[in-house]
Amino acid sequence: MDDPFGAGPVSRAVRFGRPAVLLLFVALFLMPAYVLLVTSFKPLQEAGPATAWNLPDRWSVSGWTAAWDELRPGIVNSFQIAIPGAAVSAILGSMNGYVLSKWRFPGSDAVFTLFLFGMFIPYQAVMIPLAGLLTDMQIVGTIRGLILVHVVYGIPICTLIFRNYYVTIPDELIESARVDGAGMLRAYASVVLPLSAPAFAVTIIWQFTSIWNDFLFAVFLGAPDSWPVTVMLNNTAGSGAVAVQYNVQMASALLASLPTVLVYLLLGRFFMRGLMAGALKG
Amino acid sequence: MRRARRWLPGLLLVSPSIVAIGVFVYGLIFWNARVAVSGKHDEVTPPGFDGGKNFVDLWDQPSWPGAVRNALVFTAVFVAGALLLGAFLAFLMDKGVRAEASFRVVYLFPMAVSFIAAGVVWRWLLNPAPADRAVGLNQLFHDTGLGSLANTWWQHPDWGMAAMALPAIWQMSGYVMALYLAGFRGVPEELREAARVDGASEWKVYRYVVFPQLRPVTLSALIILGHISLKVFDLIMAIAGKQIITYVPAVAAYVEIFDRHDPANGATIATYLLLAVAVLVIPYLVWTIRSERAR
Repeated sequence: MDDPFGAGPVSRAVRFGRPAVLLLFVALFLMPAYVLLVTSFKPLQEAGPATAWNLPDRWSVSGWTAAWDELRPGIVNSFQIAIPGAAVSAILGSMNGYVLSKWRFPGSDAVFTLFLFGMFIPYQAVMIPLAGLLTDMQIVGTIRGLILVHVVYGIPICTLIFRNYYVTIPDELIESARVDGAGMLRAYASVVLPLSAPAFAVTIIWQFTSIWNDFLFAVFLGAPDSWPVTVMLNNTAGSGAVAVQYNVQMASALLASLPTVLVYLLLGRFFMRGLMAGALKG
Repeated sequence: MRRARRWLPGLLLVSPSIVAIGVFVYGLIFWNARVAVSGKHDEVTPPGFDGGKNFVDLWDQPSWPGAVRNALVFTAVFVAGALLLGAFLAFLMDKGVRAEASFRVVYLFPMAVSFIAAGVVWRWLLNPAPADRAVGLNQLFHDTGLGSLANTWWQHPDWGMAAMALPAIWQMSGYVMALYLAGFRGVPEELREAARVDGASEWKVYRYVVFPQLRPVTLSALIILGHISLKVFDLIMAIAGKQIITYVPAVAAYVEIFDRHDPANGATIATYLLLAVAVLVIPYLVWTIRSERAR
């Protein structure tokens, strides 16, 4: 008997019921996406909360073109922050992970634990001094300032991902490199780095997504010139100055989510692994 | 000295990060705590020591007890909701269903979306307008004859924060599902088989074999959801903005610092937040590292 639930009427209900319930939840989970999509393709006169559930009578991309014009500087800023931010975080994470798994020093476990706590702190608890520090460093309100902040607060999760990955590399590989006279950096460059591509993929994707979606740091450390797309989107969505152009708003929300959703759809496997690393399990 | 040559290079390689974390995490937390115990209630007064008066006075502020209450309601609904829904979805998928990969893709996609973007549409869905003017979910209820389910969502004075947890559940339950699915699949088939041989029904196999094995997964999920819940900020700002009805400590810290220009109060709230997270997370971190070393 392959079906462990047996073949009675109950099991039949279970067998057909399960996909049905799962499908129901698919509909619930996609509901917001549906509303965003159909509204974004409506012409202005047609786009309003009262017709949210209807398909467009007339399809129009005017919302999308307006959204693009409005958000473009924010999108450029977001890329300028998220790409270097993710890359530098990954490099630091790789070095830390290597040392903390293969080249431990006295107290390295304590250092690792202290790093990890940084992953959980509410950033509100560093808000005042952080704004002060970046002001003193004269990088408050700049793209560079935001990159720095994301890199620093990304160290914990990146270190965790790499450390958990490097733990799975056999110590013997490092040992044999040492016997051949390789030092720490040599063993890193010739043994560990060539094996690191998957961990780099996980880390870069994870960091890219969280930096792209950040709002808190951007809103109190950014300035109009350096605002990423999340802040610009929130500003346009929040201002009731003129009549709200709902089609533009919905297209803007989609546009602002496109990069991370694409990354998720195309590289979901790595995204998943970053997710699981967040639960501290290797 | 010989031994030091073995580990010193490693320490050097990590030292930039140690300095960065030391300054940006621990140094700034310390600095923030100093502001919290100072009388710096505006931006010009020089900081001085006021003996922790702010930590007490805060509770006399009209908005603060409400903010704590809101955070507790939100946490209860969000953590329970995401945990139960995530575990339920994983349970349904455990035995494998056709198109399992597609189901997972859908349940997890909200995690890739920022709350700022999701807030644009959730503000519509949770619009409180009634009956004929109903929009969003209320309109859906109205049109499908479920009009009695219509309500004022996050604008309800008592249950508002429970409704506010809906988008958060939408975003995080896929993650919980992924954790549980990995957990379910990690239970060795032999264990389940042994229980079946002993005559356990499939439900009993779950009740007495599978679920008890998942306690660590549940603990991880609880800690992660709990600390996210305490920090909730983007979601509130995106859907409600700064309003008393959805005031929570994370928003309150921001408002005190940047709108009311009261660093001491802001720092005090932030310290309370940090303590709440620390109480939750530190035992968990210590436990995880210890049990890993024991392996």
